[in-house]
Amino acid sequence: MLITLPCIDITLYLHLFLKRANAHKECEKYMRSLFRTLLFVIFVTIIALVMVNVFHQEDNYNLKLESLRHKYALKDIPSVNHSKLTALQRDFKTPQEVTEACLSCHTETHKEVMASSHWNWERASYVEGRGISSAGKKNVMNNFCLGTNSNQQSCAKCHIGYGMSSSHFDFNNARNVDCMVCHDNSEEYLKGASMAGYPDRTVNLENVAQSVGTPRKSNCGSCHSFGGGGNNVKHGDLEVALNSCSREVDVHMAANGMNLECVACHTAKNHNIIGKLYSVSSDNTNRATCEQCHTSTPHLSDVINRHGSRVSCQACHIPVYAKVNSTKMSWNWSDAGKLKDGKPYEEEDSLGNHNYMSIKGSFVWARNVRPDYIWFNGTADHYILGDTIKSVPVQMNTLNGSYSDRHSKIIPVKIHVGDQIYDKVYHRLVQPKLYGETEGDSAYWKDFKWDEAVAAGMKESGLLYSGQYGFVKTEMYWPINHMVSPKEQSVGCAECHTRNNGRLAKLNGFYLPGRAIRISMNIARNKFEKQIINYDEDKPTE
Amino acid sequence: MHKVYIYKRFERFWHWVQASLIMFLALTGFEVHGAFKIFGFEKAAEFHRNASWMLIGLIIFAIFWHLTTGEWRQYIPTTKQLKEQVIYYIFGIFKGEHHPTERTGLSKLNPLQRIVYLGFKLVLVPITIISGILYLLYKTFDQNNLIVIEDYPLASIAFWHTLGAILLMIFLVVHVYMTTTGKTPTSNIKAMITGYEELDDDQQEVTIENEINQHK
Repeated sequence: MLITLPCIDITLYLHLFLKRANAHKECEKYMRSLFRTLLFVIFVTIIALVMVNVFHQEDNYNLKLESLRHKYALKDIPSVNHSKLTALQRDFKTPQEVTEACLSCHTETHKEVMASSHWNWERASYVEGRGISSAGKKNVMNNFCLGTNSNQQSCAKCHIGYGMSSSHFDFNNARNVDCMVCHDNSEEYLKGASMAGYPDRTVNLENVAQSVGTPRKSNCGSCHSFGGGGNNVKHGDLEVALNSCSREVDVHMAANGMNLECVACHTAKNHNIIGKLYSVSSDNTNRATCEQCHTSTPHLSDVINRHGSRVSCQACHIPVYAKVNSTKMSWNWSDAGKLKDGKPYEEEDSLGNHNYMSIKGSFVWARNVRPDYIWFNGTADHYILGDTIKSVPVQMNTLNGSYSDRHSKIIPVKIHVGDQIYDKVYHRLVQPKLYGETEGDSAYWKDFKWDEAVAAGMKESGLLYSGQYGFVKTEMYWPINHMVSPKEQSVGCAECHTRNNGRLAKLNGFYLPGRAIRISMNIARNKFEKQIINYDEDKPTE
Repeated sequence: MHKVYIYKRFERFWHWVQASLIMFLALTGFEVHGAFKIFGFEKAAEFHRNASWMLIGLIIFAIFWHLTTGEWRQYIPTTKQLKEQVIYYIFGIFKGEHHPTERTGLSKLNPLQRIVYLGFKLVLVPITIISGILYLLYKTFDQNNLIVIEDYPLASIAFWHTLGAILLMIFLVVHVYMTTTGKTPTSNIKAMITGYEELDDDQQEVTIENEINQHK
């Protein structure tokens, strides 16, 4: 801009000079228009140059990210080779003997493990409206395989203990702690199907005991990838493909990238692992966050950093989930129980995913799913076995938060919908006994009789059952935290800042630059969003 | 025929740069608002931020110029001949009447312009710029990683800013229309480019009479 001033100067001086020279009037007129044109061209050129300089930006080098790469490029070298320890060089008859051998050196470690929610399947927390309550796999229901009560024999495949075959498991017996499921580095260890948490009979315990170390993706994934009865069924962002994936799938865990283990972020002081999922957790403590490494100002652009006060990192950096294998999006238990020639059957879709199973009902799977977005402040409530249904669809978990709550951020979620069995008289979800060893044991997966299965399950859970059941629609919210994409693929500005149908189209009642304003309408709509329960609309009992 | 030097060099520079910045800000601003798509949201927002800092800088210079040269006195409102001026713009202008007031270097704004421009400088621009600065700093972190401007909802900030923008656009339309009401449709624009306004000799007398009347 400053350069234009002398330019105007020069032209003006020339102008005056011409006047003094008393040149021909025609000539003067011509020269004047020429100068005017020149002045205009120079002005426009300078403006253009200034604009180019102001708006051109080189890609800067993000030193923060580079130092993180350096830090995590150095992998830990174990200080002990467990195969050299004499205590482990023996033939183990039972897995409990392995635990005893572990405890002969790590004499106090069982106390840490037995204080964890991995062991107790519950965690005490303060929940608004409930007070201090314990929630966990022991008592929280879900809309996949419903709940653990009366099904422990099968569900305990993912319990870090041995012999949890019923609700009478002894949580004080250190011998039953399963060290190997998390610490086996040989990838040989495998928990048996429906064996109450005991390892499969093929496992060579001596080999496994001698190859223990810090947990790897395959250890955590052996349970967390298979929740709900198959790979990627529950989470959508945690599955076996992450054990060896490309940067496009997950920048952190990529085999051709940083190749981080789960425990790089989910660190564990005294076996209390940070990070948890709000499918069973309630309070806003002990979380694993992006900020713990990346800080709250990870971007070079200040404007993007500022988004962090109301938008979670995940919202932009996980544009899609279930990038490799499909995840379950809906599960209708009301369809279960159809038999062919008196026998249960299964149907598969084109990708090889079950879309019908007589024992479980019908499913919808999806791959490369664009997340839903909700406001979340870090606290949650759950449908706990015995709760009365307050609204339909039943919220299996409620993630608290709103735009007006300043601690809430927009997070991406997978919303798993479906229907499941409930008690029509007591207005509450019921826990059926699904798993059974043999027919005639009232287990639904053997006998296909809901009445008997529910009666047995509720008896085991210590709750009344009226004898009248129906099916009710349910919803469950799964925050999406993994499968972070390379930055080039993160969600662009205009995917939310757009007139209509942006990613945040379902989040209303606040001003979002670039979006059509429909505040008043949406406030009115939100009021009626959570409909009052109407039992007549529910599917009738078949 | 003779010429009167009315618009000084800085004044013209300021006028045209401010005009182009405001139009550019309007273009990018209404794109951020979602009215149309030219640069894409991300670029539009970035351009808008950069241009807004340039405008703030320019306005600081302009304020300094007004204060040091005493030109701010041009904007002291007056009701003298205000009615005549309004009536002229509503009726007289269409009957080919002469302007009731004539500009000189000493008094280049007619009474109506004085009021409108004073409103522009004291109400319209401050509303837009103050809300714009709040918008710019919304959710900024300070050294303690605490958020600046958090409790004031973005919706209100955006409301005032958009209101200012719409009023500015109305101003722009009226302003451009008014420039065509000179002796010829382009004579006023020429005057703002060269600084000189051509006046008829008899009009000059009228002007001087007016000046004398005003100073009586």
